[in-house]
Amino acid sequence: MSFSRRDFLKASAAGIAIGAFPGLAFASSELIKKKGQRVVVVGGGFGGATAAKYIRKWSNNKIEVVLIERNPMFISCPMSNTVLGGGRTIDDLTMSYDELKKKYGIKLIKGEVTAIDPEKQTVMLASGHLKYDRLIVSPGVDFMYDKVEGLNESVANISITHAWKAGAQTVLLRKQLESMPDGGVFAISIPKGPYRCPPGPYERACQVAHYFKENKPKSKVLVLDANPDIVSKKGLFMAAWKELYPDMVEYRPNALVTKVDVASKIAKTEFDDVKADVLNVIPPMKAGAVADMAGLANVDGRWCGVDFLTYESKVHKGIHVIGDAVSAALPKSGHMATSQAKVCAAAVIELMQGKQPDQNPTIANTCYSMVSGNEAVHVANVYRFNAEKQAMISAEGGGVSAKRSELEGAFAGYWLKNILNDVLL
Amino acid sequence: MIMSRTLLVVFGMLFCAAAQADVDKHARNLAASCSACHGTGGNSEGGMPVLAGLDKVLFVNQMKDFKSGARPATVMHQHAKGYTDEEFELLADFFSAQKRH
Repeated sequence: MSFSRRDFLKASAAGIAIGAFPGLAFASSELIKKKGQRVVVVGGGFGGATAAKYIRKWSNNKIEVVLIERNPMFISCPMSNTVLGGGRTIDDLTMSYDELKKKYGIKLIKGEVTAIDPEKQTVMLASGHLKYDRLIVSPGVDFMYDKVEGLNESVANISITHAWKAGAQTVLLRKQLESMPDGGVFAISIPKGPYRCPPGPYERACQVAHYFKENKPKSKVLVLDANPDIVSKKGLFMAAWKELYPDMVEYRPNALVTKVDVASKIAKTEFDDVKADVLNVIPPMKAGAVADMAGLANVDGRWCGVDFLTYESKVHKGIHVIGDAVSAALPKSGHMATSQAKVCAAAVIELMQGKQPDQNPTIANTCYSMVSGNEAVHVANVYRFNAEKQAMISAEGGGVSAKRSELEGAFAGYWLKNILNDVLL
Repeated sequence: MIMSRTLLVVFGMLFCAAAQADVDKHARNLAASCSACHGTGGNSEGGMPVLAGLDKVLFVNQMKDFKSGARPATVMHQHAKGYTDEEFELLADFFSAQKRH
């Protein structure tokens, strides 16, 4: 039995890891001294900001809430495809976190979580640490760049965008479309589901086509879909492409992009090489990195399994996961994230007060897609908890628009206004 | 004996109050999902109707008409079919009690 140098290094590395981790908590400064009951929320998107606000609101401000968010401003991903079409600017979709602080007394920390210790109920940041009674993780999605050879984060930031988180890449993609010559090709690659915002890529094809129709009518939109068919609102999108943008949008099913050539803007699928003037590759997705810090992504190593009465993780007690990161038969939408956040907020308050959470959570989803400058289509559904299956199940009666309309286009705008107010004001 | 009966009544009242609170919370939780379109507490900022302070009978009737198709809609006929008549009553209770801004 020899103990190799390698084994020794491994053992000592493990020793250091175990020894240093709790040590860090004591060595680093406690950012805000914990006095009463506290919930820490990681991630201030639709899910996290809503959870933070509703815990304050529904606990009559009795529970302290600390919200950790790395971005200085909230930027709405819903409706961000209209920035590409020209209907909105990114500023129209940008909101401040100030009201959450002022109106609800939420303590906002700008920063990134570096580690989570479920046993010590502690969250680490570069600047120090925070203790919690319950933790809500709303990490959104991260991109699996390694599934597309040649693609990585820096390429996405400067050249082949995904623009699947609203912000700088959305603005860059719009600029790329503006600089493209008339007669050029815009190609969008859609990953296999599940991914954030199922109808989003098809809406994007409409918005880019809308821009081309008005500004560059000889150009093409090429949709490379890794899925065997249009994932959401199929008939409505096909009608929009045929009737509003004839001979402009080409749809290719089963077109999984596995490789890109950055310099020549070529996307390689199993069948052929596609050359584009503007290439937009949406990589496969998984739960945001914060979920990995506590090993919460227990479903396919990508998504987080939760109890749908409380959104408590199946991996760790006391840690809840909401939004796109959750593994569920629910669409990964902004409205769903806010609805999950409210179920979670209500349950967290009950649990912290030693009471039983609501046993019949029932939530609704309404998701609008803009198919032109002023017309929209929707998908709507109610979901209710099924105790036998321990899952959220689609209720009766859901469906999509009968046809696209300007009326729904107007409703889409009001949806955005009302939901942003509900999340942030 | 009288004491215990009084106690029983007190406990009964407490139990009812707790049960009522649970119903109210369930109604609140149900209604929370509506605010994406209809605004927080039913105070829509425009477009979709304001539900805050809406008469209970009117609310329930509208929902039943959406469900049956008697009142045409772009979205609400689909949502209405997803809820039970009891849930319409709970939602009506909640929204009618909300202050209009």
